[in-house]
Amino acid sequence: MSPTTIFSPASTPAQSILGLSIFALLTVAAIFIIVFALLAYALVRFRNKNSDDRSEPAQIYGSSQVELAWTVIPVLIVIALSLATARVIASVQDAPRPPGALEVIVTGHQYWWEYRYPKLNIVTANELHVPLSDPAHPYPTFLTLLSADTDHSFWVPRLAGKTDLIPNHPNSMWIDPHETGLFLGQCAQYCGTQHAKMLLRVYVQPREDFDRWVREQQQLPQGSTEAAATSAGRRVFESTACVNCHTVSGTPARSNFGPDLTHLMSRDTIAAGAVPNTPEMLRLWIKNPRAIKPGSKMPAMGLSDQDLDALTAYLETLR
Amino acid sequence: MSTNTIALSELPASRPFTLRLHEWVTTVDHKRLGMLYILFALAFLIVGGIEATIMRVQLIRPHNDLVSPEVFNRMFTMHGTTMIFFVAMPLVFGFANYLVPLMIGARDMAFPRLNAFSFWITALGGLFLYFSFLGGNGLYGAGSAPDVGWFAYAPLTAKTFSVGHSTDYWTLSLLVSGIGSVGTAINIIATILCMRCPGMTLGKMPLLAWLNLTMAGLVILAVSPLTAAQLMLLIDRYLGGHFFDTQAGGSAVIWMHFFWIFGHPEVYVLVIPAFAFASEIIPVFSRKAIFGYPVMVLATVSIGFISMSVWAHHMFTVGMTSGANTFFVLSTMAIAVPTGIKIFNWLATMWGGKIRFATPMLFCIAFLFQFLVAGLTGVTLAVAPFDWQLGNSYYVVAHFHYVIVGGILFTSFAAFYYWFPKVTGKMYNEGLGKLHFWLFFIGFHLTFDFMHVPGLLGMPRRIYTYEPGRGWDIWNLIATVGVFFQAAGVLVFVGNLLWSYFRGTAAGNDPWDAWTLEWSTSSPPPEYNYAVIPVVRSRRPLWDLKHPEDPDWRYE
Repeated sequence: MSPTTIFSPASTPAQSILGLSIFALLTVAAIFIIVFALLAYALVRFRNKNSDDRSEPAQIYGSSQVELAWTVIPVLIVIALSLATARVIASVQDAPRPPGALEVIVTGHQYWWEYRYPKLNIVTANELHVPLSDPAHPYPTFLTLLSADTDHSFWVPRLAGKTDLIPNHPNSMWIDPHETGLFLGQCAQYCGTQHAKMLLRVYVQPREDFDRWVREQQQLPQGSTEAAATSAGRRVFESTACVNCHTVSGTPARSNFGPDLTHLMSRDTIAAGAVPNTPEMLRLWIKNPRAIKPGSKMPAMGLSDQDLDALTAYLETLR
Repeated sequence: MSTNTIALSELPASRPFTLRLHEWVTTVDHKRLGMLYILFALAFLIVGGIEATIMRVQLIRPHNDLVSPEVFNRMFTMHGTTMIFFVAMPLVFGFANYLVPLMIGARDMAFPRLNAFSFWITALGGLFLYFSFLGGNGLYGAGSAPDVGWFAYAPLTAKTFSVGHSTDYWTLSLLVSGIGSVGTAINIIATILCMRCPGMTLGKMPLLAWLNLTMAGLVILAVSPLTAAQLMLLIDRYLGGHFFDTQAGGSAVIWMHFFWIFGHPEVYVLVIPAFAFASEIIPVFSRKAIFGYPVMVLATVSIGFISMSVWAHHMFTVGMTSGANTFFVLSTMAIAVPTGIKIFNWLATMWGGKIRFATPMLFCIAFLFQFLVAGLTGVTLAVAPFDWQLGNSYYVVAHFHYVIVGGILFTSFAAFYYWFPKVTGKMYNEGLGKLHFWLFFIGFHLTFDFMHVPGLLGMPRRIYTYEPGRGWDIWNLIATVGVFFQAAGVLVFVGNLLWSYFRGTAAGNDPWDAWTLEWSTSSPPPEYNYAVIPVVRSRRPLWDLKHPEDPDWRYE
């Protein structure tokens, strides 16, 4: 099964959308079968059987009753379909926000995702962690959608429909996943050169696992301790342009143009899901981002092999 | 036949090439301008088709690296812009130019010089767009051709994100060709309203004239906001304006409104002339009068009106209120009603007829089937929550190609074959015509039927590559294979046109035993079309002539 199919919803918005979609698809399928049958019948029944026969068939100019019938019936179908649609629009868009809901601010960047949990004081990138929402005790996640540059769109088909991230135009959406696991998606609004590799990964975890993840994210990583301050890799990081874009909490690196690297090693992938987070890939990514993601805003720093090794080793300590 | 061949080969030789070229460049004859528009569109159809092929080959398998993301992004921008503005629009205007005066018994368009101006400025627009490949290089890394997508959402078009001049060429190109479009639209309206032959009241016009009248009205209403938006974009880029510059407080959403208030009526600007071809061709090859003429007119005009109020269904995911979303659901679905009426009327026209399966009719039948599917997938996309899932996915790409290729291009091919004998005086090769039809039909369905599926499986549009393991691979492979059938079909088509033009048999004035005025004059029609202005009494003047015992005017 495709991990991004709309036919396997795992959250209420996706579920309501699927129900309505099936209704719409069945309605149009029924119309298609009827009209196609009429067309096929007309083609077979009224074909010119004898090409020598040049006589003209009876000329019929129209019929008010028939016209009225095929006006009124579609009108009724349209009314039924739009009422059903209005109901689902309201139920998804105007759903009340329970006071205990988790809040995440999603900011789209060319070509990665920034996630801030304002109440939990966590900043992370590209891999969104949310708690499982038990239907008996709902614990939904509400996303505020912002953009730092161009338009983007947040689309994880199994969790919800897409909503755009537009600069100067804050949007919101919500999910309440009923299943644990990894849910995939990707940016669905053309945002520039690397639109294709702006992948979405949403980890739905049982409440205890999610709480543990939160605690880990709130701690400072090993690499930020005083003892690590003099490591060769950290010196490279803090003495080159890395610090112009990235943050590592507890260190002088405090920029937010690029992803927050405080807990880089807690993530399964790098480069917005483009490749797995292995030391080899990490080294390649630092050495030549174009090799993985041409058009990425991360520059190749032209580091020596020695510095690259040290830097990779330092990043490996950011757990 | 032999005398014709001699006449053709002798006539050009008697006049030098430069003189003939001069005649074509300075012509104000509606037929020549119509042909210029159509040939211009055909040339760009080949170019846009090559761009599409590059994209499809790139997407044949996941992580393919035939082209870089930069090139791919330019390809889809140029493909979309080319196909809409420099293929579909000129095709529509070309046929309208050629056919409308002939079908209403006029000697030319109302404003022949405006007509020539409109064509040449549209051609200039096309050159601007393609000049970007040479002149679009501004600062380092700016790329060449525009890469902002054919709807060029802000703020990607702002100076910050689009350095260099590629976006400027795109803007100028649309600005300039928009002037040509409005000029032609005014010309069509004036021609239809003022130049009809005696006896041809509005209610006795061929449907093609009615539909082109509606189309021209829509062009004026739809192209103007686009032109305004392009001016604002230029002001943003060069005069420090902040209409769409989000970094200075501008609004990206306003651009979307401007673009789609053009963009959706534009679909009807293109598809209404497609309806016009079907409304002329289906009756002739079914040997019956069009069923429900007044209802067809009414349905067309109401499509024109409703189409002005549906634009924001392109924006269901941008975060409008639930009330606004619901309004646009309702208005969008409402348009299905008059569209459905049209399909039923075409069906009823065929019902009880004696259907002849010549190439033009084959293309029209395929159009009926494909437009039915396109309309129905359109209804599913009008269901806003369904669109939250499928907006900007390959399902949408499949849907609108069903409209534009399956609807507009198929009927345009039908029109090519149907009026080719009139325009050239030669009959096309029926065998090659059918081969073209089947190749293109199979290719179309391979590409666009299967393209719906990856959309349902979560594949967004405008990605230069995709991840394996998402269940998208096989569908993309099939879609790409289909492209080669379509390309082969187009080659057969071009070959047929050329072969028939030089080697075809004489067609005669009225090869289809048709009923509208253009078939009463010679093939090709003489300058100024009619030595004596015809007088009509019904919608099918030639039927009245051929059946004096049972003329139409008794019933209308």
